[in-house]
Amino acid sequence: MDTASKPLLRADAASFGRTEGSGPNLSAFTLDNGLDVVVIPDRRVPVVTHMIWYRNGSADDPLGQSGIAHFLEHLMFKGTEKHPAGEFSKVVSGLGGQENAFTSFDYTAYFQRVARENLKTMMEFEADRMTNLLLEESVIGPERDVVLEERRMRVETDPSAQLSEAMAASLFVNPPYGIAIIGWMHEIETLNREHALDYYRRFYTPENGILVVAGDVGEDEVRRLADATYGRIAPQGKRPVRLRPREPEPVAARHITVADPKVEQPTMQRLYLVPSCRTASQRDCYSLELLAEVIGGGPTSYLYRKLVMERSIAVNAGAWYMSSAMEDTRFCVYAVPAEGVSLQALEEAVDQVLKTIPAEALDSDSIERAKTRLVAETIYSTDSQSSLARIYGSALAIVETIEEVRRWPVEIEAVMKDDLASAAERYLIPRRSVTGYLQKPVS
Amino acid sequence: MTASVETMSSSPTTVKALTSAKGVEAWHVESDVVPLIAVSFIFEGGSAHDPADKPGVAQMLARLLDEGAGEYDSDAFQERLAAHAIELSFNAGNDALGGSLKTLVKHADEAFELLRLALAEPRFDQDAIERVRAQTIAGLKYQQNDPGVMATRRFFEEGFAGHPYGRPTSGTPESVAAITRDDLVAMHRSIIARARVKIAVVGAIGGDNLSALLDKVFGSLPDAKPLGIIEPASLQKLGSRIVVDLDVPQSVIRFGMHGIAWRDPGFIPAYVLNHILGGGAFTSRLFQEVREKRGLAYSVGTSLVSYRSASMTWGYTATKNERVVEALDVIADEMAKLTSEGPSDEELQKAKDYLIGSYALGFDTSTKIAHTLAQIAFEGLGIDYIARRNGLVGAVTQSDIRTAAERIFGDGRMFTVIAGRPTGV
Repeated sequence: MDTASKPLLRADAASFGRTEGSGPNLSAFTLDNGLDVVVIPDRRVPVVTHMIWYRNGSADDPLGQSGIAHFLEHLMFKGTEKHPAGEFSKVVSGLGGQENAFTSFDYTAYFQRVARENLKTMMEFEADRMTNLLLEESVIGPERDVVLEERRMRVETDPSAQLSEAMAASLFVNPPYGIAIIGWMHEIETLNREHALDYYRRFYTPENGILVVAGDVGEDEVRRLADATYGRIAPQGKRPVRLRPREPEPVAARHITVADPKVEQPTMQRLYLVPSCRTASQRDCYSLELLAEVIGGGPTSYLYRKLVMERSIAVNAGAWYMSSAMEDTRFCVYAVPAEGVSLQALEEAVDQVLKTIPAEALDSDSIERAKTRLVAETIYSTDSQSSLARIYGSALAIVETIEEVRRWPVEIEAVMKDDLASAAERYLIPRRSVTGYLQKPVS
Repeated sequence: MTASVETMSSSPTTVKALTSAKGVEAWHVESDVVPLIAVSFIFEGGSAHDPADKPGVAQMLARLLDEGAGEYDSDAFQERLAAHAIELSFNAGNDALGGSLKTLVKHADEAFELLRLALAEPRFDQDAIERVRAQTIAGLKYQQNDPGVMATRRFFEEGFAGHPYGRPTSGTPESVAAITRDDLVAMHRSIIARARVKIAVVGAIGGDNLSALLDKVFGSLPDAKPLGIIEPASLQKLGSRIVVDLDVPQSVIRFGMHGIAWRDPGFIPAYVLNHILGGGAFTSRLFQEVREKRGLAYSVGTSLVSYRSASMTWGYTATKNERVVEALDVIADEMAKLTSEGPSDEELQKAKDYLIGSYALGFDTSTKIAHTLAQIAFEGLGIDYIARRNGLVGAVTQSDIRTAAERIFGDGRMFTVIAGRPTGV
């Protein structure tokens, strides 16, 4: 369901899990030119994950140039003076490495996974394309066509993705999260070399980057290699400014529908405007995180039990919260109606269930179960060096601290029943919401 | 060969074969860095064994195993899993019903007990059956007009017409509606048997403790009864193109030709050849010609499919309706070139370097290791396969590649299915 909020990969690849974690024995430092560095040791196999994150994403696209962050991410593979288009990929591949890149609302990231002794080579190439990208006119057209095909594949042929886009556009009235990461079709068509170059010069600087290295390597070695590669890039003096207009206090409950003849199974979704871990006052984001798990995390959640198990009005139901965001973000409740149940009847049932959260959903067993699952996920994530690299990279990219990531399980454990009730009562209310229907056109 | 490749060509992990007191066999990787245990298991027998008029039974069975077992009804069973953060899932494909279990070490006893119940004592309560049935039908309807799903469905229907592999593994809304509890019970009896399972376990548990747990879970499963025989099959309709009409701006394309099975000695050369043509790196010929040079598509590639009784090479791409013919021509050209000229020596070497060097990258998490080992066991390739595999890749010659190309591309005819509204096809 979460199609609109997933980062876009440069090419198909496995997706990763949640973005919170805990505890490895990591270290962090900053190079003289301002590049932040995080080192996460994982000595089990002689492999490293090398990632560079930039603190800019689709939400930093200039007006009228939606999709430029993502388009530039594609163009970053098109060569520098020293290394012509495709050479980096050939080298990675020849070394038995794997690579990809992705763009999200708040960040853009590039990564390679290679044998430990090839780390320096990766740093040389990655540092080179931080400032020396050529962007020859001849590569712009074909790559723009690739992105247009990507949009056709993800959105233009999929009514549920169209609903997700329309709901975000409706939920975020003022801030840029309402614009699709990949950009609108008619704006992608007009993106050109000048747009890409301007954007590149503004954001691809050492001060704006975060280097994350996870794997069979220590802090000293990473520092030495990073100094010899990234460290040679001249600083720009300061980090680029991110212009992020805030959302006004919402007043209107909104309903929207995507009606398409291809839809054989109707569904409904509800988005609520809620604070993120960056914008929340006090500890609301931890409460919302736990609330999503209690009411919508799997077959023992409150929504599933009420709507699917007890009333059989839905065949599936759940909730999720996108905590990792710089600005106010989204909390989603979704349900798939049982045969013969109208979306209106289902929505009514969802509303009845949501109203009873404070009184009925928050028994201590349910809260304990949700906490156990969330905390266990942080332990499970330590089994994967790429997951850890993603967790810390994305946190720093939205200006969270390492300490905040490490403290996450403790904060989740500290959430009380009253916090959950209060979060539900304050945030899951009509005027903060957009409800979306996916259905066939009414004949 | 570069130094890096040498380093990574040794076995990517240390696997021990373990046999429990009751004779349950498993492959075991002991690692105590992370306090978890990952289990992967595969039972022989899957959707190909569905009753001919009721495709979808094996998949529905897989979905019902964790919906109530022993003394626990569905909700109670799910609550026990969730309360201990135990992750248990089952899936069914053409030839096998598999599953995976992940647990924190401290909940291992509970996790293995729940797995035992799910395998040995599933309840198939009627309310759970109806719920899963409704979910399955909703899922089928949700995807019914997705161009990728439509193209794939038609590809198998026509490419393996009259064979069990031609039936939809998830069934159809109509066939799922007709599945009865008896169908599920019968399928469970024929698949979930001791002699049919391959098991791999990775994580913070010693061999003795593991043996005892495996005995509990698998040691008392019933003996196997014979499964229906799935006749060997090969891809039909080579040389034909089918359009599935759908009003979308972009067409999804599936194309297929002969394959070479994983168990076949010719597999590794075919694997290298596939990597050069359309494997998963940005350097493949199709990625370069279709995407990088011409901007025809976001995704394009090929892969080898290896079933018990059939194999094929198939590919995918998606391009706007107006450029479908151009994309198909470029793909056919590349295959013709590869057949007549073969790869350059450098191209072959680079492909081998990549496949050798990247093998270890698949062994970086416990779950991935367990999954890979169970698959290797299921294919009957031997516990030494992961140590031998890079040597096999390294030994592939131009002559091996030519032989593989002849077997796979043959006379160059493909079976192509296009879902969309392509112009000029």
